[in-house]
Formats: sequence, structure tokens, C-alpha cells
Amino acid sequence: MLSPEQVVDTYFLEARHMLLEIAALLDRYDAAEARSGGHPGNGRGTAAEAKLAVLREALGVLREQGPTQERTVALLELFARA
Amino acid sequence: MQIIQPHYHAIARTAQDYERMAMSGVVAVAEPAFWAGFDRLYPETFIDYFRQISEFEPTRAAQYGIRHFSWVAVNPKEAENTTLTREVLKSFPEFFAKPTVLGVGETGLHKSSKNECSSLEAHVEIAMKHGQLVLIHTPHLADKAHGTKRVLEVLAGMNVDRDRVWIDHVEEQTIRPCLDAGYWVGFTLYPITKCSPKRAVDLLEKYGTERILVNSSADWGPSDPFTLQECVLEYRRRGHSLQEAIEVFHNNPCRFLGQNPKFDIKPIRVETAS
Repeated sequence: MLSPEQVVDTYFLEARHMLLEIAALLDRYDAAEARSGGHPGNGRGTAAEAKLAVLREALGVLREQGPTQERTVALLELFARA
Repeated sequence: MQIIQPHYHAIARTAQDYERMAMSGVVAVAEPAFWAGFDRLYPETFIDYFRQISEFEPTRAAQYGIRHFSWVAVNPKEAENTTLTREVLKSFPEFFAKPTVLGVGETGLHKSSKNECSSLEAHVEIAMKHGQLVLIHTPHLADKAHGTKRVLEVLAGMNVDRDRVWIDHVEEQTIRPCLDAGYWVGFTLYPITKCSPKRAVDLLEKYGTERILVNSSADWGPSDPFTLQECVLEYRRRGHSLQEAIEVFHNNPCRFLGQNPKFDIKPIRVETAS
């Protein structure tokens, strides 16, 4: 099994990559909203905004230093409600 | 769709990669000189490497109908050996005369040391003296912004034709100053450590497609030549036309590399105006 330091060393770049992809998704959403004048329309915007809110909530879960349950469990339960 | 892979370290890849690239539409690759994974000690080692990429590798690619071009350089990681760099630079004109060598690259910076900057300057100088194209590597990860700034500072102090210089591995934090200064830029797609196909398409949508090259590098480390095709797919999936994709992934390499007449593949147009 890996030591705490090995966990970070082994997976840091992979985590960096995944966080950059999330940042890019949020930037992509903002750019798309700007292009559409901030009016997604046809009710699709509501569903999209709800999914986005779940993502933002998930990011909040990841920020917690001492969570009461495993972060993966918390996120899976969160996404199940989306 | 016809694709040109403008930055590809073929000697680190298998024949199967050539075969699969050919089957996916790749018609040409350009191979910059690269770091071998260890610091080389002898000028002769570089000269044999340059012979490999300028003489042998085109024959291997040709078996799959792919044109192969190359570049010569001392890698920035080896620039601390100033004697070696000087000796290897002397061999460049011999390779500029080869029918598939397009210019000097990848030179550039790794840790942005004084010797690296001197080596970059010497590489650009010899390229300009001999009318060659230049491909510049910018550092990865933490050194990216600082190293790119230093590259621009070094170039600003020289008499260079900016249309003939390609600054590679740009990302969101470095693309703007390179484009604003009038250089070509490249996005290098890696599975983890550099730009991703999705982020590259974001950048194309934000900055447009002029003076931009997309490549997957693909060397002996964790890398994948087909991140380029992933990027083509992502670009098309977002609604960009086939011709728009051809402009980015085929015609832009023709426009930049074609400044050297040895690169004789011409831009193509597949759609007629309606």
C-alpha cells in the first residue's frame, strides 16, 4: 500500500489534469452563456443550471478538510439526487 | 479527413502507430529533435540522431503513405553543456541541405537558465542566417508562464521573422502574449500533463484559428498520437464544419511549414460555396 506522500506524488498530475478539465468546463459554460446573451431558453437552461449547481456543490464537498463520510460516497449520493 | 501531425517524435513510436495514423487520415508528420531521456555527451550522437530523423525515418513513414519531415536542435535540457551545443550547431547547415529538414527545433527553454537562453539565441540566429523555420519549446507545468515570458524576451532582442517562428506548448495562460507578438503558436495535446483535446478546442473557439497549430507530440513518455484525432472529433462534435477542421488540422500546418518550400503539401478545400 502507498504512503501518504506516495499517494500525492503518484496522483498529483492526474488530479491537476482533472481539475483543469473542470475549470475548462465552467469557462466553456460561461463563454456559451455570453454567446447566447445569457438566455438559454426552452427550459433547458433550468436543467443545465441545476446540473451546474450540483457540480459546484461537489466542489464544495472536495474542499472539506475533515469530512464526516468518504468524499466519493458523498459525491455519488449528491449526483444521484441531480 | 486529411490531417497533418506537425510535432511528432516518430523514432519513439512503433510502426503500428504509423499504420493507425495512416488509417485515420494522417498524411504527414514533422519530427523535431528531442531529448533522449538522458543527456547526450558527444556531438556525434546528435549527428547520428539527425541522420536517423532526416534519412531513415522518412523511409519508415513512407511504408504507410505518410510524408515525414524533421527539424534539428540541441534540446534545452542539454543546453548547460555549452561546448557540446557549440559543436552540434556547426553540423546544422549540413542538415539544412537535406530534402526533408524544415528548420531548427525544438529549441527553447526548460528551466530558463542563462545557458539555455544563450543556446536558444544561438539556435534562432543560425536558423535566421540560413532562412530556416524555428520551433520553440516552452517549459512544462510550474515553469510555463515564466519560461514563455523569457522566450519572448530573448526573441524580442533579436532580428527574427516572426511569421517563421512557432512557439509550442502554449496553454491558456501563455497563448495571448505569443499571438499578440506575431508568432505562430502550438497546442500540444497530452493525456495528462499538457493541454487536453477539449481545452484545445476551447482555445480555438476563443482565439480563432489563425497562426495556430495543434499537435500531440507523442514521444517515449506517457503520450498518445491519437489525442490529435480526439481533438478533431471534439471540434467537429461542437458543430464546426469539415472545412473548418481541415483549416486547423491540415491547412494551417501547410501554411506554416510550407514557408519552407521543401514542405510541398498544399492547403485543400473540400466544400464548394453554395
